[in-house]
Parts: sequence; structure tokens; C-alpha cells
Amino acid sequence: MLKLKVNDIDVEVEEGTTVLQACEQAGAEIPRFCYHEKLSIAGNCRMCLVEMEKSPKPIASCAMPAAEGMVLKTNTEKVKKARKGVMEFLLANHPLDCPVCDQGGECDLQDQSMYYGIDKSRFKENKRYVPEKYMGPLIKTQMTRCIHCTRCIRFATEVAGVPELGAIGRGENMQITTYLEKAMESELSANVIDLCPVGALTSKPYVFEARPWELKKTETIDVMDAVGSNIRVDTYGWEVKRVLPRINEEINEEWISDKTRYACDGLKNQRLDTPYVKINSKLKPSSWDEAFKVVSERISITKSEKIAGFIGDMTNMETTYAAKDFFEKTIKSENLESRYEKLYINTNVRSNYLFNSSIEGIEKSDLIILIGTNPRFEATILNSRIRKNYLKNKTEIISLGDVGDLTYPYQVISNYTDTIKDIIDNKHEISEKIKKKKYPSIIFGQSVLKLKSAPYIFEEFKKYLLENNKISDDWNALNILSKNSSTVGSYDLNVLSKNSSYEIFNKLENNNFEILILFGQDNLNFEKKNEFIIYIGSHGDKGASIADVILPGATYTEQDGYFTNLEGKLQKAYKASYPPGEAKEDWQIINELSSFIKRKNLYKDKNQLIDSLINYLNLNNKNETDFEVPEYNFKSEKIITEEIDYYHSNVIARASKTMSECKNIRMSLPKTGTDN
Amino acid sequence: MLEDKDRIFQNLYNDFGADLTSAKQRGDWKDTKEICGKGREWIINEIKASELRGRGGAGFPTGLKWSFAPKEVGSRPHYLVINADESEPGTCKDRDILRFEPHKLIEGCLIASYAVNAHKCYIYIRGEYFNEGQKLQTAIDEAYKDGLLGKNSAGTDWELDIYIHYGAGAYICGEETALLESIEGKKGQPRLKPPFPALIGLYGCPTIINNVETISVVPTILRRGGKWFSSLGRPKNTGSKIYCISGNVNNPCNVEEEMGIPLKELIEKHAGGVIGGWENLKAVIPGGSSMPLLPKETCETIKMDFDACVENKTGLGTAGIVVINKDQDIIKCMARIARFYKHESCGQCTPCREGSGWMWRMLERMAKGEATRDEVDMLLDVTKQIEGHTICAFGEGSSWPVQGLIRNFKDEIIERNKFDPIVKKQKDIPYLVDQHLLEKENA
Repeated sequence: MLKLKVNDIDVEVEEGTTVLQACEQAGAEIPRFCYHEKLSIAGNCRMCLVEMEKSPKPIASCAMPAAEGMVLKTNTEKVKKARKGVMEFLLANHPLDCPVCDQGGECDLQDQSMYYGIDKSRFKENKRYVPEKYMGPLIKTQMTRCIHCTRCIRFATEVAGVPELGAIGRGENMQITTYLEKAMESELSANVIDLCPVGALTSKPYVFEARPWELKKTETIDVMDAVGSNIRVDTYGWEVKRVLPRINEEINEEWISDKTRYACDGLKNQRLDTPYVKINSKLKPSSWDEAFKVVSERISITKSEKIAGFIGDMTNMETTYAAKDFFEKTIKSENLESRYEKLYINTNVRSNYLFNSSIEGIEKSDLIILIGTNPRFEATILNSRIRKNYLKNKTEIISLGDVGDLTYPYQVISNYTDTIKDIIDNKHEISEKIKKKKYPSIIFGQSVLKLKSAPYIFEEFKKYLLENNKISDDWNALNILSKNSSTVGSYDLNVLSKNSSYEIFNKLENNNFEILILFGQDNLNFEKKNEFIIYIGSHGDKGASIADVILPGATYTEQDGYFTNLEGKLQKAYKASYPPGEAKEDWQIINELSSFIKRKNLYKDKNQLIDSLINYLNLNNKNETDFEVPEYNFKSEKIITEEIDYYHSNVIARASKTMSECKNIRMSLPKTGTDN
Repeated sequence: MLEDKDRIFQNLYNDFGADLTSAKQRGDWKDTKEICGKGREWIINEIKASELRGRGGAGFPTGLKWSFAPKEVGSRPHYLVINADESEPGTCKDRDILRFEPHKLIEGCLIASYAVNAHKCYIYIRGEYFNEGQKLQTAIDEAYKDGLLGKNSAGTDWELDIYIHYGAGAYICGEETALLESIEGKKGQPRLKPPFPALIGLYGCPTIINNVETISVVPTILRRGGKWFSSLGRPKNTGSKIYCISGNVNNPCNVEEEMGIPLKELIEKHAGGVIGGWENLKAVIPGGSSMPLLPKETCETIKMDFDACVENKTGLGTAGIVVINKDQDIIKCMARIARFYKHESCGQCTPCREGSGWMWRMLERMAKGEATRDEVDMLLDVTKQIEGHTICAFGEGSSWPVQGLIRNFKDEIIERNKFDPIVKKQKDIPYLVDQHLLEKENA
């Protein structure tokens, strides 16, 4: 610990802290523009100058490491004058267009000039103009406003891992640019908008939409992938205007992916706002009662084993639980499934389907092996953590098969299942590495779990890790990377038909079911024949197009709902706006449908549902499921990592114009010599 | 006045040829092995005893700098970097060393590398010195051929390789950390200090950076002894130095002289006097364009060394003396210098990026007489806001000349810029006039 004196207050700080952090600990606020906790130190805005004893010049507190016995002053006339000077220089060439600037109201420059600046400009020359730069469909630029803090450059090179932003020119003519004026090829690109302390980089889809003080802010959870990023949804009336990240050091730190941020305009498009019933092979709008009547009549004349239900990729746990109750109590069918394809899931222990090393824990991992997964597209935030780990420790990362650019270098090895067999049999060089390392992480993607030899790979690998003491209370090297936000929650609720077997999918493919109820499930792979399909969901997508009855539901911003993320963290998403038109919250639809069929509600109100849900989660600690590991054999197969259509991976993203634009641009990018 | 036998740079005017044979005749490469044989401690102590101060501008004691390098080589190699990015306007001493005395530099590199445990030495030459670089390369090739460099350099058993790196013409790359960035292939922008390059420098390794002239005098000092060097000049400002005299003089020249020689003697004796006579002298910039100028009265008496210049509120800098006579418009001269600094600011930190352009524009207007009277004080305030608030010394370099101008010629500026914004009749410069006052007048 180091002892310092800040404004005559004694503080003790840990070794390695900066003077700025020490001053903050002493309660002295230090203005800053370029400094950011998560980025490297640039020290170029000069706003954080403080006075240090024995130093003739004021020092930049963000860059100066704290040392024993320092005596610092942050409130002297000299410091105040220095701040005023820097503020004046920053504003000298900064346009005074706050009234038309989207950053207005949440602008660091505005706020700090209020506190630390002077009220009048002495700069009488002409102001500098900087030409606009094209940075893709997400980032709107107004480079005249730029104060050259280089946060965006540092973010792009350090966190996003795409060194596509940089500064050209020098002195007054320094400009931030993407060099070739193209869109940033990163899934984290839009975070530079949050980082920009002024209005130089603002959100293009949100341009001139609203002022920050007009918006209602709801702190909630993202459902675009299984990471469960913490977000803040800003709404203006009914409309979701924008999505911003919320700090959660355990999950997303300060970043969110572009899909999380910009798929929100998909909440306005393609919405199902009234029930539809198919009459003479045409979907016609109808009332809820009519639709419920059609559905309940159909269900009552069908044998219960001929009815199947599928849970979707963004369904919250309340809905899943209600669907489970609906199938168990109302219809008395066992055919409710949360997978959308034949995946091998061993539900005996909860850790069998979790990301056990945890998102934060991956940072200390010393060997990462990716098997059939592309974390860049499947879990962007997790990928940035892996990159962070790589940057810090130069960790060895190995992938079975080339999965393209992951923003960090990795070793590619043969992508046949034989490789895994060799590792398990101690015949591969990696076996030794796994044994030697203290914190290895083996990440299985869903592409592996759907292989024929998935049971062999999973069970044997787990056995191998157990034998080598890599699965313990201290560290669990076994990781399953789920793609969808509903996956882990559904497994927790044990929504897997008949011992997680593939029977339901075989029946589905052979068209053995008469009624299918799709709870927001749009990804099923089967050909419809005579099935009567009931679709409960929010968007008119694939599921709705094959439906006979459509019951309009709500999205994640329109209802409270629990989600469990891939590492098993239970988080609650809050209601930020209302379902459009006639649409209802999903659990309500199931509840009312049940009352139509059985003349009895499943639940009195939502509280009862939640109580029941939490009760179930507490009781069902996953040690007593009747899952039996099937007999398995090794089969030599190629592990093909499924390519994800990142910008169009779910119904909301598919309905989003912004995401389509991003996709088009990504597809039209010319391939360079280094792209394989 | 320096005696001929005490001159270090015998071939400053290329009277004898720059090749290895003639260099050896002048005494270069003599006893290099014996010097290195006396050990690192001895070399560093001898340099400390000579009180040699860095010739690049800041005047940091060289022996002290060398002693900052870690004593033992750890996991990272040590580097020696020679700063030959001589871009300061009015300075051209390194150029003549590179052209005519390259072997002094190369021998100095060997000794310095030995003293700081470096096996690799980089010489960073400004891109404009292409021909000089070629000549240096020829000299390096000669040295390799003669066994003076390479595996067993000059029989010292010390392995040394010298590489030349050309800059691309940026003034800021003469700043030591920006120079390192530039060698690493990055944009030439100064680094934050601490950490200092002696511990974390080129590629994150301990690095000693010295000016060409500093390194070139080292072999002679060690041959003749630190005592001899410190006997020249006065304490803490010892030895001889190359002065570059240019501007309004009859005979602009480079001359090696003893430290502390009177400025008047330099100008009158070596440079053939001021054009139009001593009485026609207006001001002198004593140390390259980044140092504050001296008015004529000070020029009469000042002695040219580090401490005397500081006493007179200027600096010796690179000893690039620029003489300005009364035929010149002093405000215009300073505006031109300000323009140079505006053009060469790297743009990294705020005060310098925004301030250098602001100062230039104000000075341009002042030169034309379009500024207001109170802007003179404001200009001084702006320079004070830049000075000391920047990452590197460029902030001082760009604001000191302006401060020097205002300190010494404030009356002249005010004389020319009598304009007062409250005087409502002068409407021809609308942006200077408080428009609200004008409107009221019209109403």
C-alpha cells in the first residue's frame, strides 16, 4: 500500500494505481476526456492536470503512477487555470452546435465546460472544418466535433481487435478515420459511440430521434445471445428508441454487441398485433375469443400424444414454465421440447450444460480449446474476453478447424472427431498441455453436440477431465457455449422431452404430430404436411408463415421475464414498453388458453407463476433427474462449425432494417488476400 | 578563444577528407581497444568528470544519463539510439559531423554501446539528410571492412551492429520518445513519461538516446581525459561546442568554440559581423528557433553557455544562432516561426494541437496590424497555457519564441496594433468588433 496526500487528505492506495485513481479515492473529482478504465492510457487530453509537490509543471494524473509520499493538490488556482486553459483549447475549434447535436444532454464536453470552463470564448479565428468520414451504417460522424481523445482508436485496436480506426495527419490537421472510409468490420463497433465524449461519433439509426432527458430508462437484460448482457432500454412512449450497455463486470463489462444495440428497430417491424386464424388457407385477423375457440376445439379432439410444443430461442422462463404446466396439466402431453434440433444434452448435473469457467473466469484461463464453435458470432462479448486474456497473457488458443478471424491468433488443428479421441487417449500433444495447465478451458459449441458421436465426445471428454482433476470446485474446464438466451433456462426447467432423446424430432420429421404449438419457435427444420400449427410469438417470421392460428405475443422489452445466461446466472428482464395492438404477454396467452380448454386458469396472476417457477428451480437441483446416458460409440466425423448469420440470427434481428443493412455491407465487402 | 590543438572536430570544413584513412590520421580509432579495456565504470566516470552535457538542446549530463541504464543486461537487450533528426531551424551542426566526421560518431557509438551494454545501435537520420546518410553508410561500411564494427569491434571483443534509419521529415521525431515510436514503425508521437526510455524504451527495452554531437565528442574526451574537457569553459558548462551562426550575418558558418564564448565575439569574429553593422542588430535567437530571442542589449554581453542563457531567460538549445537585423520585421519573423510549429505539432495533446495554430494566426494578424491591443496580453496568456501542459517539450518550444517576442518587443506590437474593439468606427474588420455594440449604435 502506498501513502499519499491529496489536498491535505491522507489516502492509502494499492500499488499500480494512478494518481487520478488516488485523487478519486480521496474524494477529489478529476475531469477527464481521454482516460477510460477499460482502455490503455493515452494522456493526451491534458484535462486531468494536477499539481504535484516538487514538480515544476502540473502532471497528467491519468498517466502518472502513484508513488509513496506524493503530495498532490487538485484545487489550487494553478490547477484551475490549467483546466480552464485546456477547456478553452478544446472548445477553440469545437463547433457550437449543441442544439442540433445528438450528444446534447449527455456530452462530457458540455458538462465539463460548465464546471471547469470559462463562459466566454477568446478565440476569434475561423473554426476548423473536418470532412465527414463514412464509418458504416451504425456510426454517424461529425468529425468537426472531434476532440482527438483517441478513445475510439484505442477501443478498436485493443478491445474489438480490428485496427481499422486510426489518426492521419498531424497537428491541427489530425483526423480520425477508418483510412479507406469503410464500415468497421467488428461486432462491437458501435461501442465507440458510447466512448466518444463528444458528438463526433453518434448513433446513425438514432439520429435526431430524441433527447436523452425525454426518454424513459429501463434497466434490463439482452436476449440476442446467451451471454445475457446487461442493458438499458430507452423508450419514448411505446417505442424503443435505443439500447445502451450497463456496467456488469461479471458479464459484459461496459460493452454490448452491435446486434444487442441495434436490433431494437426490429421491435417495430413485422409485428403480430392481432390474432389470426387460417380460413380457407388464408390467414384472417380475428378476435382473441375466436382464435382461442378454434385452438381449444382442435386440442380437445386430438389425442394428447399427438400434440407437441416447441420453445423458442428468446422465450423467457415464465413462458417456458407456463408452457410446461400447460402441457403437463392441461393437455397432459410429454411432448414439450426446448431444443430445435437433435442436440445431446446430459441433464444429470447442471454443470453439464453450463459455461462453467464463467465469462469472467475465462480471463484467467491458460489454455483455451474451441471445439465446433465460433465465439465471435455466437457470443461476441465472450469473444472479447478471450481476446483480453490473449492480450494480457498471450494464452494459447486452439481451435478444431479454421473458423475464420476471431480477432486473436489461434492454432488450427484437424477438425475430425479422431482428434478428440486422440486427446482422450493421451495420444495427442494437446493431452499433455491440458494436464500441465492449471486453468484450461474446453469450449464445446452446439455444432459438436449435434454430431452422431456427441455422446461419446461429451461423456468421454468429461471423464478425461475428471480423471485429470480439471473439474473441481476450484475450476471447471468443461464449457458448453449455448447460442440462445432461452437455452439454459429451459434446461433448468427440464423442458426436454422424454429423457432428452431425439424421439420428438424423429416424429416431427415423419409428420407424426397433429398439433404443433410453437412458443416463439421459428427455427424448426421440418416440412409441414397436415399438422395444425399454433404460433405464439411476436414477429411474422417463419413460424407465423406456416401457422394455422397466430396468437400475438410480446418481446423481451414488453414483458418482465427471467433469463438464465450461459454461465447459469439468473437475471430478470424488465418491461420497458407494451405489446402492440391486441398482443398480450406470452404467459397470459397460455394462461387464457388453458382456461378456455379446461375452464380453469393455470395461475391466478403473474406473482403466482413466478413463485411457482422459483420454487421449482429451488427444488430441482438437478441431482435427481432420471437421465440415463445412452450407449454410445465412437464415430469418425468431421466437426463442421455451423456458420451463423450473425446479423439475422433471430426474429427481431431479421425484422430490423439496421441489421439488414449491416449484413448487406458485410456481404459486399471485398475479400482480401488474407481471407483464406 | 579555442586553440587549434583543442579542436575536436578537425575536419569540420572537410579540409582533409572524411574517409577512414584520413580519419585515422586525425587520431580517430586510436586506442579504442584500450579505452574499452578500462571498463564501463571508468568510461562513465570519466564522462561524468568531463561534465559533458547533452548537445541536443536540453543539456542533460551525459554521464548521468548513461548511468541510468541497468547495470546488468536482464531478459531484454539494451539499445543505443543516436538522434540525428536535426530539424531545429537554424541548426546544422550534426549535418557536418555526419558528412565530414562520421568516424568520430561511429567510434563514439562503439564506446557508448560498450558503456551501456548495447549490441545494437540505431542512428535515426532525418529523411532530408539523405546524402549525409549515404555518406555515413559508406563510413559504416568502411568500418565493418576494417573490423572496427561487427563481431569483434576494433579488437574490443564487443559485438556491435549499427543501423541507419531514415525519418520521413517530421520535426517532432527529434523528440526522443517520438523518435523511438518512429523507429518502431508507428506514428511519430511522443510517449508519456514516466517510464523513461532508459528503462522502457525502444521495443520496451532499456534504451539510451544521445545526440550526434554528444556521442562524437566522447572518444576524444576519453583519449585526452575528462579533466582536459572540463578545463574548457566554466564549471557545469564545459568543453567545446559547435555553434551554427546564420541569418543576417555576412558569413554564416559552423564553428567549434569553447563554451561560454561571448555572443558578440562569435558574430563579429567568425560570422563576419551583422549585415549593416553591429548597430543594425535587432535581436538574436541563441539556440535554434524554439528558444526565446535576445534583444540587442543582452547580445552585447551574454556568454554562450547553458547557464548564462537560462539566466537571461532563454536557452542555449542546439546553439543554432539566428541573427536578425533591423531590416527584418521581427513580428513577421516570429509569425513564421509560429507557423513552423503549427505545421509540426504532432496533434496528440490538446494545448499544443489547438494552441500552436491559434498563436500563429494571432501573430499573422499582429504582423499586419489587424489585431487589437488587448490581444497582445491574451497571446501571452495563451502561450502560458500551452507551456508546461503538454506531453513533450514541444509545448515550450512553440510558446517560448512568442513569449520572447512579447517580453522584448511588446511596445512594437502595440504600436502596430492600436486597434481597439470599442472604437466603433472601424468596421472593416467585422469579426473583431463587438457586433452588439455596433447594432446599438445603428439603432
